[in-house]
Amino acid sequence: MADVNRGNRPLSPHLQIYRLPMTARLSILFRITGVGMTLGALLVTWRLIAGAVSPEASATADAVLTSGLGNLVMLGSLWALMFHACNGVRHLVWDAGFGFDLATAEKSNMIVVGASVVLTLLVVLIIR
Amino acid sequence: MAYKTDYARVRGLGSAHEGVGHWWTQRLTSIALIVLTPLFVIPFGRALGNGHEALVATYSSWGHGFVAAAFLLVGAVHLMHGLQVVIEDYVPNHSLRTALLVANTLFGWTLGAAGVLGVATLLFSA
Repeated sequence: MADVNRGNRPLSPHLQIYRLPMTARLSILFRITGVGMTLGALLVTWRLIAGAVSPEASATADAVLTSGLGNLVMLGSLWALMFHACNGVRHLVWDAGFGFDLATAEKSNMIVVGASVVLTLLVVLIIR
Repeated sequence: MAYKTDYARVRGLGSAHEGVGHWWTQRLTSIALIVLTPLFVIPFGRALGNGHEALVATYSSWGHGFVAAAFLLVGAVHLMHGLQVVIEDYVPNHSLRTALLVANTLFGWTLGAAGVLGVATLLFSA
């Protein structure tokens, strides 16, 4: 019979149950943070334009950006910026021809994630 | 490279017929942004939440104004290039893709110009 040993054969991974490796997750996150920062860029530009338009518009923009939701969005944008910058540096290193083997990439995963959190906290400490 | 015609090799535009301009701009702007990001984020963050006076106080300085204008313009160009790749990857419909690419280019330059205009107005009206 053809399928006597069916239970022990490896199954090919399916997209819905396949556990993505960390390298793939961070690659997707690199894109998501890049696209997501469109919102942060709009808010920051609004804050500066409002400052140029009138003191009233300026106060409104400042209040919205530092409201509860505003703080959350700005903190999220800051982390997105730090993560995108750290992973971007890793991409530049890869482009230069270094660290592109899997073992090194798995180590630099942790460096990128750790550095993005540390830099975010550092900036928050400096500006508060 | 034996399979390439001499003409294709000399033109150097590759299979997408666009060369490396987009790729190279993305890399150059990213290098500039490594330097500009902390120089922009820290003064902007310090002024945030402290009202209109703090914003004017920060951006009445040539140094902060120049860094902010450079960050916002280079950042907008970098964002525009990135969003272009995302649109090209995920929107297969030709008409919709073209419309989004046009909108993206207009959005990118408008965002950059708006940021520079805002910072310049703050600098020169102070």
